[in-house]
Amino acid sequence: MKTLYDKLWEEHHITQLDSGESLLYIDRHYLHEVTSPQAFEGLSKKNLKPWRLEANIATPDHNVPTIRGNDFNSDQIKDEISKIQVVELDKNCNTFGIKQFDIKSTKQGIVHVIGPELGYTLPGMTIVCGDSHTSTHGALGCLAMGIGTSEVEHVLATQCLKVSKLKNMLVKFEGTPAENVSSKDIVLYFIGLIGTAGGTGYAIEFAGSYIEAISIESRMTICNMAIEAGAKVGLIAPDETTINYVREKSFLDKESLEKAEDYWKNLNTDEGASFDNEIIIDISKIKPQVTWGTSPEMVVNYDDEIPTPINVPEDNKKNIELARNYMGIQDESKLSDLVFDKVFIGSCTNSRIEDLRQAAEIVKGKTVADNITEAIVVPGSGMVKEQAEMEGLDEVFKEAGFIWRDPGCSMCLGMNPDQLKPYERCASTSNRNFEGRQGYLGRTHLMSPIMAAYTAINGTVGEPS
Amino acid sequence: MKSNSEGLMIDGIVSYIDRDNIDTDQIIPTEYLKSIKKFGYEDYLFDGWRYKDDGKLGVKKEERDINKDFILNNKPFSESKILLTRDNFGCGSSREHAVWALRDFGIKAVIASSFGDIFYNNCFKNGVLPIYLEKNQIEKLFSLVKKEVVELSIDLQKRIIFLKNQDEINFEVDDHLIERIIYGLDDIDITLKEKDKISNFEKNRKITRPWIYANE
Repeated sequence: MKTLYDKLWEEHHITQLDSGESLLYIDRHYLHEVTSPQAFEGLSKKNLKPWRLEANIATPDHNVPTIRGNDFNSDQIKDEISKIQVVELDKNCNTFGIKQFDIKSTKQGIVHVIGPELGYTLPGMTIVCGDSHTSTHGALGCLAMGIGTSEVEHVLATQCLKVSKLKNMLVKFEGTPAENVSSKDIVLYFIGLIGTAGGTGYAIEFAGSYIEAISIESRMTICNMAIEAGAKVGLIAPDETTINYVREKSFLDKESLEKAEDYWKNLNTDEGASFDNEIIIDISKIKPQVTWGTSPEMVVNYDDEIPTPINVPEDNKKNIELARNYMGIQDESKLSDLVFDKVFIGSCTNSRIEDLRQAAEIVKGKTVADNITEAIVVPGSGMVKEQAEMEGLDEVFKEAGFIWRDPGCSMCLGMNPDQLKPYERCASTSNRNFEGRQGYLGRTHLMSPIMAAYTAINGTVGEPS
Repeated sequence: MKSNSEGLMIDGIVSYIDRDNIDTDQIIPTEYLKSIKKFGYEDYLFDGWRYKDDGKLGVKKEERDINKDFILNNKPFSESKILLTRDNFGCGSSREHAVWALRDFGIKAVIASSFGDIFYNNCFKNGVLPIYLEKNQIEKLFSLVKKEVVELSIDLQKRIIFLKNQDEINFEVDDHLIERIIYGLDDIDITLKEKDKISNFEKNRKITRPWIYANE
């Protein structure tokens, strides 16, 4: 009896080396401008070529400005250093012959958004990328994980990853969510429960009636944040929902697709397979979740008290004090007491069409609060943007006072001009609330698109109504 | 195999940061990920804590507002080769720049009670040794380093940390990982020795799972 992870591992296992590590065959390799230049340089120095060119798909996302308009090209990036990196990706893709959805492409976007929507991510694949949020692709039943730049070079050169097997964890989400609760709340709650190191060393399979009921987009949000629980792999068995999604996005011909579907339908954990760790969570009682501190595990119900260093175990006192201090939390006892400055709806966690629809639904006919100096919506890709515009969501956001941007990672990590200023407080749909993540001394509160939309309208984390 | 004699022992002063969950954004902020080089990150290590101003890639240490309270800014810790910290060091992103920054600063070993998975793996590819110890041992080391400047000797082959007071702490690490540091092995060279196996696997996969190759 095997788990889904065991099956994917065996399916791609080439050989075991003397060292005890295994060579795992990589089906798909995504590249972006930040973690690839040194890998290409290494390849050139060794006089090597990519093993299988077509396995590689590239796009610039981290550095790209999100105010571009039509006919924008890499040379027009104002930040000289960012420009070098994006131009370098252009050069490397041209030199080596790698398919790139470049800054001019209408299909450019965040690498973890474009992969699935362009049909390059297929169930059962091994997928790697020099980015920890590669776990996102696990939502389609892939063994997907983030790798460092040395490994990017290794995968380019050998089509393999040298790895040791992870342990298996099963996380079952059972029940029906309350109103205004989305998969972001579920995954934040889960991270709060097991902590940011709780999944270290594991591949986490998410299952249960809640997972079965939700869309691929919602599943991607959950697998995306597996890494915030410490697990570099998060995955969900393919089902009818997955196959319908793939059918819609795929460039495969009918015959190939049918053959593939026969395989995908049986790609799941055997009944009775054993896991090293199993957690069952009743999600019906989960409320919208909002982080208060500087680690994704520092999360509470939106209407709960913010933790204080009083009445907590000694070893956690300091973490709470440091986080409260950085986040500028003094006398405020609840999240609703905090006044926000900015709102960011976007990132590889929550920038897909479903996320934008949910947020638009709430802001429709309302206005962004006066204390919010900037509220931006950054669609995850050119295709998401186009779809949203077709549905008129851009107008809904603009009328409410949001700024509608071009695709990219944007304020999730502020490598482009979208950054917080020191001490600004931001309601963000991204994945990390680390110190300085969104800008030097910036303060990030992670939440769902629904809660970010409410915060934009209320100016504070308020009662969703 | 010829070993790199310098790689067998790590001797040096221990600096320490007493906090959990030090993520890769703290080890090196995103601004410096804009570099396309593999070296030159030493001035940006722990940038947000080491300086009192917002840095930019290319701006040197000398031009910054240095936080004199931060341990690595003070002698002898500025010469430290070993960093002691607590839980979940290096959690967060996959950026290898975090290890490059530690390496370029001169850190050769990080001792913690746990590490982020991707960071841990990246360390061995850049000659930085991450050492797991039990929490009580980490606690013991913290009580020592907070009293006085501590020098340690780490024997990579024997997996022993020697303290000056004759105490010893054993640690565990997989042979294949530590050998990468001792012998400075290149992963690509090793893997390409299996070239034929990879080719055969791929040939077979093209037949059994043709849809994977549909864009070719």
